[in-house]
Amino acid sequence: MINWLKQRFPLEQIIRENFTHYLLPKNLNIWYVFGVLLCLILLNQLVTGIWLTMYYIPTAQQAFGSVQQLMRDVPYGWLLRYLHIVGASALFSAMYLHMLRGLLYGSYQAPRELVWLIGIGLYLLLIAEAFFGYLLPWGQLSYWGAQVVTSLFSVLPGGEHLVTWIRGDYAISDVSLRRFFALHVIALPLLIGMLVRWHIVALHHVGANNPEGVDAKQAGIAQVNFHPFYTLKDILAVIVFLIIFLAVVFFTPSMAGLLIDPANSVPANPLQTPPEITPMWYLAPFYAMLRAVPDKTLGVLCLILALASLFLLPWLDVASVRAIKYRHVFAKVLLCLFVLSFVGLSYLGLQSLTPNYILAARICMGIYFGFFILLAVYSRLGKINRS
Amino acid sequence: MHDSDDIDAARRQFLIKATCIVGAVGVAAAATPFIAALSPSAQTQADNGPVTVDLRQLIPGQQLTVTWQSKPVWIIYRTAAELASLQHDQTELRDPLSQVDQQPSYAKNSYRARDPKYLILVGVCTHLGCIPNYCPLPGSITPSGAGGFLCPCHGSRFDMAGRVLKGSPAPINLLVPPYHFVDANTVVIGED
Repeated sequence: MINWLKQRFPLEQIIRENFTHYLLPKNLNIWYVFGVLLCLILLNQLVTGIWLTMYYIPTAQQAFGSVQQLMRDVPYGWLLRYLHIVGASALFSAMYLHMLRGLLYGSYQAPRELVWLIGIGLYLLLIAEAFFGYLLPWGQLSYWGAQVVTSLFSVLPGGEHLVTWIRGDYAISDVSLRRFFALHVIALPLLIGMLVRWHIVALHHVGANNPEGVDAKQAGIAQVNFHPFYTLKDILAVIVFLIIFLAVVFFTPSMAGLLIDPANSVPANPLQTPPEITPMWYLAPFYAMLRAVPDKTLGVLCLILALASLFLLPWLDVASVRAIKYRHVFAKVLLCLFVLSFVGLSYLGLQSLTPNYILAARICMGIYFGFFILLAVYSRLGKINRS
Repeated sequence: MHDSDDIDAARRQFLIKATCIVGAVGVAAAATPFIAALSPSAQTQADNGPVTVDLRQLIPGQQLTVTWQSKPVWIIYRTAAELASLQHDQTELRDPLSQVDQQPSYAKNSYRARDPKYLILVGVCTHLGCIPNYCPLPGSITPSGAGGFLCPCHGSRFDMAGRVLKGSPAPINLLVPPYHFVDANTVVIGED
């Protein structure tokens, strides 16, 4: 039976190349568990998502009610939905830490540029996936969030027509809901699955970086197989993650309004805006940037630039050392400020608009963009590259 | 007819280019229905078509809200006093002459209307899209003592022509939708 399969499908080869004989430097630390966790969370989103689709009705008339019915009448429906909602936040938490690992150890530098690029592509797709998914419960914030984000496209040439084309209507409506549903459950998950595969293929082709930021083979760092050496460590990480994740799911699924805003318990009303339109926390930094710029067009440009900078990172930072521990103190301070500015923008994006908050957001934006510019300059000044 | 193993590079290049071009045209043609299907359907367009409103029911000072393209559209019968109030201190306004393109050309006047009596506005704040409240009482909006509109969300203020007052978070005047009068008492909103 196994032989019959072996002759027809390279199962053994796939397992050898990706698990039992995939070599990793032995000095990987805790920062290297997030890739596996992200795979686990994506699987959670996929499975719970399929079950949610069985009860959810994507029409403006019934969407809100069908979610309420799922929560109250379907056995464990509440659990499926909370796993999906908390899963989305867990996904972005793990993703931001995963990206920070890349910044810490210069994992985006040659020869891993493509791994980084595909990763940023995945980040953008998951932002879109989260945005489309957020409309589906058809609450007030779902509705007005979609209204605000789609209206951003109006700053492009021919923008008004583009906005109508995206919505399929002159405002967010039943038509928009159905297409967002199609994109959320079919189009984007397929694309995300494909990019995850490419991300892993590219990584396994060039090999993992490590906290020393050096080529493990050349530097004489011993290499061990992924299985069983790292799979065992990853199981520990999975257990710790599940304890935290399920604690949130069972004890505080709304996280005091951070994961489920109370304003979204009101059905969408196109004729009344909620007093405050707050974005999900993982998109708040970009919302803060948008609000901090007085001109709408410039604001959207900043948004595009903020994301585009991430794509350019492998070519902005040409430092000859990758790992932060061997970099000049200037680079260490710069990275700390960058992380603080991102956290700061996330916080500010969730607060109501006051002059002080706008000023703070502008300072954070300056640091955010300054990081990329200064990194490009710093990494070209060879002498201060090494501490 | 000759048969040789020589490769005619130029001919091969031409064939590759021609194949690519034809292929690209094919892809564009195949993409057309998918892109077009995302535009508003005939049903959606019909649902969002012009709205006809009978104005005989309106009395001076009254506000009527109708829905057009899922947005609230106000029709307000302005009194003579309210029309006079529009000549208040113009320095209080951010765009007193309606320079910003927020109205059809026929509403680019100090009343921002075809017929000065009837103020027709899209009732969506130009700041973050909330719906301002109608505050007609004199002195409730402008420092010089006229009524207007106050947005409950972030305090943007507009005068009785929907012009934004300085110091409001809203950047520009309220939007005037396209409209025309069929007769003195009937207005069609959503059509020039």
